[in-house]
Amino acid sequence: MASRETVVSGTGADPVRRSLEATGPRYGEKVIKALLALCGVLSVLITTAIVLSLLTPTLEFFREVSLTEFLFGTEWAPSFADAHFGVLPIVVGTLNVVFWAMVVAVPVGLGSAIYLAEYAPPRVRKVVKPMLEVLEGIPTVTIGLFTLLFLIPLAADVFPFLDWSTFSIGVAGIAVGLLTVPLVASVADDALRAVPGGLRDGAYALGAGKLRVSLRVILPAAISGIVAGFVLAISRAIGETMVVLMAAGNRPQLSIDPTESVQTMTGHIGSAATGDLSTGTIDYYTVFSVAALLFVMTLLMNVLAMRLVRRFREVYE
Amino acid sequence: MSVNQDEHRLAGRARIAVAGARAATGDVFGRSSRRERLGNVVFPALLLLALSVALAGLLAIIVWAVVEGGSRANVDLITNGTSRLDAASAGYREAILGSLYVIGGVILLIVPLGVGAAIYLEEYADKTRWWNRLIELNIQNLAGVPSIVFGILGLAFVVRGPLSLGFVAAAGAITVAMLVLPTVIIAAREAIRAVPPSIREGSLALGATQWQTIRRQVLPAAFSGILTGTILAVARAFGEAAPLLLVGATTFVTFDPSLFENRFTTLPVQIFNYSKQPQEEFQVLAAGGALVMITLLVVVNSFAIGLRNKFERRW
Repeated sequence: MASRETVVSGTGADPVRRSLEATGPRYGEKVIKALLALCGVLSVLITTAIVLSLLTPTLEFFREVSLTEFLFGTEWAPSFADAHFGVLPIVVGTLNVVFWAMVVAVPVGLGSAIYLAEYAPPRVRKVVKPMLEVLEGIPTVTIGLFTLLFLIPLAADVFPFLDWSTFSIGVAGIAVGLLTVPLVASVADDALRAVPGGLRDGAYALGAGKLRVSLRVILPAAISGIVAGFVLAISRAIGETMVVLMAAGNRPQLSIDPTESVQTMTGHIGSAATGDLSTGTIDYYTVFSVAALLFVMTLLMNVLAMRLVRRFREVYE
Repeated sequence: MSVNQDEHRLAGRARIAVAGARAATGDVFGRSSRRERLGNVVFPALLLLALSVALAGLLAIIVWAVVEGGSRANVDLITNGTSRLDAASAGYREAILGSLYVIGGVILLIVPLGVGAAIYLEEYADKTRWWNRLIELNIQNLAGVPSIVFGILGLAFVVRGPLSLGFVAAAGAITVAMLVLPTVIIAAREAIRAVPPSIREGSLALGATQWQTIRRQVLPAAFSGILTGTILAVARAFGEAAPLLLVGATTFVTFDPSLFENRFTTLPVQIFNYSKQPQEEFQVLAAGGALVMITLLVVVNSFAIGLRNKFERRW
């Protein structure tokens, strides 16, 4: 109120008319805009740099190893005297982690999301959501250590009839699943809450119970967003390094036994980096080509997730 | 009087109509099958079970860290230097200093660059132009690139290649800054977008230039959101270990770090290093470090979430 009065009295006291045109060309504004645009362009430069830094050594790698040997070979021993460069064992290792991660993340993440979106009273929601965010923020080194020192021995106690060692790809996968739960839950929760209230109310008005509304109306309406959450979690599990490096072991073997020590793609990059990695050696190029494959795999997943998210946005916004 | 009576009669009629409707619907839908009644109990129970699994996981990690590492939770853990010989007297001094250097560098880089990019995309960029759409798409994609790939980028572009800084803390800071930059941009954009257009229009109508409007109206209004996003991104940067393995934070560093000279290590990397030592005392030491890190992160995250809840503004 007070400010309005000042404005009114101000115009009364100052009758001088001024042109509304800008007094000068204002170069400062343009400079600022250019600087800010540069910040935006920087992200494109980072992507370009990633592609370039992966591409050159990868091309170098394929000068020595054929593409078919790399993609379809079943033996991975890049630093042995009798070197083999079949990437399949460590890709299967990664898929193994993804499988066990999804066994945990899909039911737990989706269940939590449906509970939070449809059933939870606002007070519970207000407490639980930040807790999931804290879980998301726990450093992966900590989860790796927890898996190595607690979860694997625990699994060995619970299932003593299986043949356990210090490392286990299955338990590492389950731990990766736990750390992707908040991601699945938050994306699915967003998707469920984006379903218009009218659909829900309409279903209730027709006499459907809560269970029927959740499963037959809300879930199908939000499905593309929910699947996007799963895809993002898969991408995250493919790229997760520390848990796998610490708990999955580093034996590159073609195995689907969850109790085995199996190296994954990120595990290979991580353990090669901990050793001495000198430029120009085939070891060095190997790391880059595995990273390039990793980059392509996660990129495909992310593009898929983005398309799915766009679909549910288009329907309801 | 007559109006009142009319109302009374109408209310009476409405009551009868509602009762009739209820009876009719009850007749059709009232008898829910046994299966459905059972489902209405079992389904929420299953959902609650799922949520409890997630929360139990979180709780288990925290309790485990306290039980396993609690015996080492004292000041010595932070002030004692790195050692691979004697676990009892070893600590995280160099690692914590290294983390501070890296985090300091990350903050210096991501705040101007991230907020700048967010301002450009929200306030200046014309969304119909292909290059602006490319930038947007690119940021979304970059946010999903695995952290270890950023390590590769750091190794090829920062440690060697164009920047050639070598295996130093500054290289670590640049690498991690590139990793968390998309997160900061996305969070800052959301905060800026939450400021209603009427604020901008009002400011522009009063004769402020676009930059004056941004600096004096939009940024102050979006400040708490930007701050929360930045804190969460920095917390993530602090816990990140994988990319640093590739830019040199791998060896046992027994001297205090500096930004542009000598190798460095950070807290999460040092935890990883200790965990690989065969003796059990080192595992306890690693768990102690994990406890320090969890405590720090829970405090920082709660602070950021509290900040967001407190200043979240409904326009």
